[in-house]
Amino acid sequence: MRRIGIDVGGTNTDAVLLDGDTVIFAVKRPTTLDVTSGILDALKALRADPTGRGPVDSVVIGTTHFINAVVQRKHLMKVAAIRIGMPVSASLPPFCDWPKDLAERVHGETFMLEGGHDYDGRPIMPFDTAGMRSAARKIRDLGLRSVAVSSIFSPLDPSCEVAAREILQEICPDVAVTMSHDLGRIGLLERENAALLNAVLHDLAVETVAAFRKAIAESGIDAPLFLTQNDGTVMQAETAIAFPVMSFASGATNSMRGAAHLSGRDDAMVVDVGGTTSDIGQLRHGFPREANAVVEVGGVRTLFRMPDLLSIGLGGGSHVDAVSAKVGPLSVGYRLTEDALVFGGTQLTATDIAVAAGLLDIGDRSRTASISKQLIAAALADARRLLEENIDRMKTEAADAPLVAVGGGAFLVPEQLAGVSEIIRVPFGDCANAVGAAIARVSGEADQVFRELSRDDAIAAALQIAEAKAIAAGADPASLKTIEVEDMPIAYLPGNSLRVRVRVAGALASVAAKQVA
Amino acid sequence: MSTVPLTEITSEDIESLAVGAWILGTGGGGSPYLGLLNLRQLYAKGHRVQLMSPLDLDDDDHVAVVSNMGAPLVGQERLADSRNIARAVEMQQEIGGFQFRAVMSVEIGGGNGMQALMAAAHLGIPVVDADCMGRAFPEAQMTSVAIGGLRPYPCTLYDPRGIEAVVTKVPSWKWMERASRKICVEMGSIASTCKAPRTGREVKDWGIHFTTTAAIRIGGLVREANRLHTDPIAALLDSEGGKRLFTGKVVDVERRTTEGFLRGSIAIEGIDDDRGSRLDLSFQNEWIVAWREGKAVAMCPDLICVLETLSGHAVGTETVRYGQRVTVVAMKAPAVLTSPRGLEFVGPRAFGYDLDFLSVFDAHAGAGV
Repeated sequence: MRRIGIDVGGTNTDAVLLDGDTVIFAVKRPTTLDVTSGILDALKALRADPTGRGPVDSVVIGTTHFINAVVQRKHLMKVAAIRIGMPVSASLPPFCDWPKDLAERVHGETFMLEGGHDYDGRPIMPFDTAGMRSAARKIRDLGLRSVAVSSIFSPLDPSCEVAAREILQEICPDVAVTMSHDLGRIGLLERENAALLNAVLHDLAVETVAAFRKAIAESGIDAPLFLTQNDGTVMQAETAIAFPVMSFASGATNSMRGAAHLSGRDDAMVVDVGGTTSDIGQLRHGFPREANAVVEVGGVRTLFRMPDLLSIGLGGGSHVDAVSAKVGPLSVGYRLTEDALVFGGTQLTATDIAVAAGLLDIGDRSRTASISKQLIAAALADARRLLEENIDRMKTEAADAPLVAVGGGAFLVPEQLAGVSEIIRVPFGDCANAVGAAIARVSGEADQVFRELSRDDAIAAALQIAEAKAIAAGADPASLKTIEVEDMPIAYLPGNSLRVRVRVAGALASVAAKQVA
Repeated sequence: MSTVPLTEITSEDIESLAVGAWILGTGGGGSPYLGLLNLRQLYAKGHRVQLMSPLDLDDDDHVAVVSNMGAPLVGQERLADSRNIARAVEMQQEIGGFQFRAVMSVEIGGGNGMQALMAAAHLGIPVVDADCMGRAFPEAQMTSVAIGGLRPYPCTLYDPRGIEAVVTKVPSWKWMERASRKICVEMGSIASTCKAPRTGREVKDWGIHFTTTAAIRIGGLVREANRLHTDPIAALLDSEGGKRLFTGKVVDVERRTTEGFLRGSIAIEGIDDDRGSRLDLSFQNEWIVAWREGKAVAMCPDLICVLETLSGHAVGTETVRYGQRVTVVAMKAPAVLTSPRGLEFVGPRAFGYDLDFLSVFDAHAGAGV
């Protein structure tokens, strides 16, 4: 069972090869402007090594390509928005809370039709199929090729969205259709926004996944391609083409998942110390704890699941003030190998302090001779203080917790920290993100309102739905584990209404089958 | 009708109102975000809302009291629409055969803090700088006008499918809550409502005054502190005479639904000055009682607000989650709520806690820092 994990970061493209659970090869290459050739470079280096040859079962890529397109307003297409639920919610149409520049760039046409459902499944109004047919003809005539459909309470009853898609497929069969219930939870605007963002990325998703496949083929690897999602699970390349927004936050997630895998710890704090910043998060059952708040992507409010991370200005390239001994938040960043003292530069950095203290052996140590013992001690104490304070902020319990230290700057993490029971360092910790991609699992989620059921029965019903979704996405049924259960009684609704959200994840079915064999 | 000075509510004010109303929601009332979006749209189209002092009302003026009734979760799908609340007000005018001088919100806290402005923008009448709670409460009889024994009827309810309902007469505010709630549930657990019309005299005697400007002021302070990267909570306490109760991390959240309300409790583990101790908060839609080592240290109707420690923005009982870093503050309840009759309606016993009301701001209370 050999898997390749690739993480396309802002600076480096990392690739790792895993045999079973063991990392057998890792490589870093600069990320290129076109993204794809950086991947090809990394794969070529991997294939050039004796351990990197031979068959590969799957390639898993984590990428920030799609989120960057939204943030930078590049490669986006014009779309049609179809809202179903009139006359309800009429004053807040699609795009109503988008940044103006982005809305103007992508807004093709909006159609608002009668239909939708109430919380209890009753139709708000019968679905206006005649209006839908006329909208589909207009979309065809306008030449729009991507459509987002959102219907009120579609997570409870998706039938209006499904009916809209059928009409679109009949009248304009070449149009790509994103249905909001595939992407989101309760919360019409946020779910609709996710569907719209997904629709505007359609062309880019088709091109990018094709380019990934080409890079893999050119490297001589014959294996199925997967992309990682925000929640640390994978989707098949075909799914990624249909749902590019699901990969939005995969970089940070992969780093934390990789840390869990490399350390063998499912419940721990993680610090990923890079060149400029340290990201601190918490693993629960092997997955990052998710952020609570609404997440804005390129100024658009969404409900994407993103890991809850605290980013602080502490990294290997952090400036160290020779007088106050303060570390960061300024950093030499990617210029570390030119600007740091040990590399012949003139800027005192955290890396120089570490070399002077004997924590690290890179560059020319003799160039740190002039750094006083007091400054070394004070700078390391400052780094320690930053870590202790901020790790504590991210903890959810007062008790000491283990800490996994990964990333190229992990040498800044001392052997002991207040509030930390043990510090775990792992080989290949500087490629944790690519490892996280390689080990990503398949997930399924249910988020629904249940009525007249006991809490246990409602959760069991939700679990069944989530498992069916995970299996449909390629998970091995025997390997499924419940990742998250959340239940929320609904104020004012009669009949003991309970909203239940359940998430499960398991190994890829083909992978699991091979492991058994 | 006399001519009185009006103050225009600016587009900056509506942004601040949304932040401040959410804080005054004391954990409930629903997020003001969708109301804010409605107002941004109305303002972009050129609408402007005027604010008038309750003291400038003539005794025989008619004042509309509006509220969006229903489950906050339903409100995330069936989005607030300014025309609906305006229609509920028009229904009252058609029943009463009069024109309203102005409109006010039944509760300044949460999403309803925005509803009066939404109606006013459509109807072209001012908003009265007052409400009937000075915060948010879960039930319709928990208002200053109910405490004042004012007439509870008629109440109009509107659904945009063209469903219009009126509760013509009830013997008490409790019955108004029960009857209107049934209609609301049938409409899809959400309805735009206009409560019993009030006279100018009644608003002057029983309204809780200047709460719209308070919400705008509080929201403005928080937004300004966010902009300057200063401490928003310190600014808020300084301006409003509030009291910081506790700073920590949410370590437990327990929710259940009983009789249609969201009840439960959270536990906060102390950090910084509060390290080593723990604060528990009980809620029924809104935060009701704060407990420290088994002792009630703050209670309703004093305002208990849970704020994100860094941003100063409010955290609601429906959205509070494990691991959030929060600061709990208390603000003084309006006097009408802490009167003996007021406490019958909104004191701790009205929420099932066998406690004598003791204000955090009472010199004998051992709460806070």
